[in-house]
Amino acid sequence: MKVYYKGTYTYKIWKIFAEQAVDFITTLGEIFGYIIAFFKGLKNFNTRPREIIEQCSRFGISSLPITLSIVGMTSIIVSMQVAGEMVKQGGGNFVGMLMAILTVREEGAIMAGFAIISMIGSSLASEIATLKVTEQIDAIQVLKVNPIEYLFTPRVIAGTIMMPLVVIIASVVGIAGGAVAANLTSELSYKAYFDSVWFGLSMHDINVCLLKAISFGFAITVISCSCGMGAKDGAKGVGIATTKAVVWSFVSIVMIDLLFAAAFFY
Amino acid sequence: MSPDQRYKRMGIEVKHLVKSFDDKTVIDDISFKVDDGKILSIVGFSGSGKSTVLKLISGLIEKDSGEIITSGGDIAMVFQYSALFDSLNVFDNISFALQERKDMRGKYTQKELEKIVAEKLDLVGLSGIENKFPSELSGGMQKRVSFARAIVTEPKIILYDEPTAGLDPISSTLIEDYIVRLKNETNAASIVVTHQMSTIRRTSDNVLMLYNGKVVFEGSPDDLCAEQTDYTRQFVNATIEGPMKLNV
Repeated sequence: MKVYYKGTYTYKIWKIFAEQAVDFITTLGEIFGYIIAFFKGLKNFNTRPREIIEQCSRFGISSLPITLSIVGMTSIIVSMQVAGEMVKQGGGNFVGMLMAILTVREEGAIMAGFAIISMIGSSLASEIATLKVTEQIDAIQVLKVNPIEYLFTPRVIAGTIMMPLVVIIASVVGIAGGAVAANLTSELSYKAYFDSVWFGLSMHDINVCLLKAISFGFAITVISCSCGMGAKDGAKGVGIATTKAVVWSFVSIVMIDLLFAAAFFY
Repeated sequence: MSPDQRYKRMGIEVKHLVKSFDDKTVIDDISFKVDDGKILSIVGFSGSGKSTVLKLISGLIEKDSGEIITSGGDIAMVFQYSALFDSLNVFDNISFALQERKDMRGKYTQKELEKIVAEKLDLVGLSGIENKFPSELSGGMQKRVSFARAIVTEPKIILYDEPTAGLDPISSTLIEDYIVRLKNETNAASIVVTHQMSTIRRTSDNVLMLYNGKVVFEGSPDDLCAEQTDYTRQFVNATIEGPMKLNV
């Protein structure tokens, strides 16, 4: 067996891989631990409706301008590029259908997810991480209040409720943005665009989109809160926790998206 | 004194407490006892395990072995930098446990909460600041609000983690006075982790000195100041030379 000596580059590279692997497994374990703790604490969720409403407002309303901008602009960009070509090839009547399927099945949820991670996920992680490193979570525990019920439950419930609403609004804006872009770039009429929207779109698509949005909302809030709870070592720890929350949330929603595509559209 | 009477007076007793992190033993077979209405100061250099003892007693971390026996009731803790909830005002900070704890939630009306909070604020000399946020208070005031938050559930044991850290000498003296006042008002057994001789002299009935997780001195503040051992001599005179080596 080959022996790698400390101080060599080979040893250092393997050490980094090993540390990353341990960190990955530890984080995964922590996230699942918090998911279990969240479900255990759910029985008390209705006792703090005011907090849930506040978190819903933060999740839904404050993130809406950025989310709508991102989803709307992505749809406009796609529509600008495909509408002209499709009209030239005689497929102008299917531009609305294409944009609707694209937005509802994929773009609306995933782009809204990215926007929510950037705005709300990072904010949740840094907020909870700051509470952790300033011993405020320890203080909650010493006062015999369950920090999972107090901090996690309202945030995760708010995220799970609000994400589908955000995705519905974002998808509508995305389809509408596609219509405007198609009209301006290829002179496709709004009637022709919107007539074709329902050609390929079904209730199944909308239901899957909503289910996906619920999963995204749950994943983003649970991961962000969990990474925040794992923070240590002051300001540096807050930064690390926030980065970790964003990276893990991005990867997780792409994986969830892949699972949904394989399960419902393959 | 009969065993029953002795038990009634006991606030907390720690027996053969051990705690390790990874391979390092930070608390190594520590035992002590604090009676109701008494204050024990735990002293020692940074990294000697003082704060870990408080975290073990308060249940924030799990012990590896040993026993922590209390006479019942709540354990309160005052954190080094107050750890007030910065998104809540003083009223909500102090009444937090009464509003959020499962066994206390809904037990008090708003008026009762206001009365309790006003009483506790009065006890720490800060009447009328219920609507202020922690960021609007000085370090000393934040500390006193955290005292009020700690005693709101009428605890039987109060733990103070470096209560005078970061405060000027006059504020420190005030905080020390309030530690003694709270002990007299609540008759709680108190444990104060500190580096400061003034805190030890002004507040403590007994002193425990830790070094590398072990007890190296136990006695009264007068015994500590009498410098009977190499450890106490080094600590009281704050010299580098001595049996305790700093890892800095």
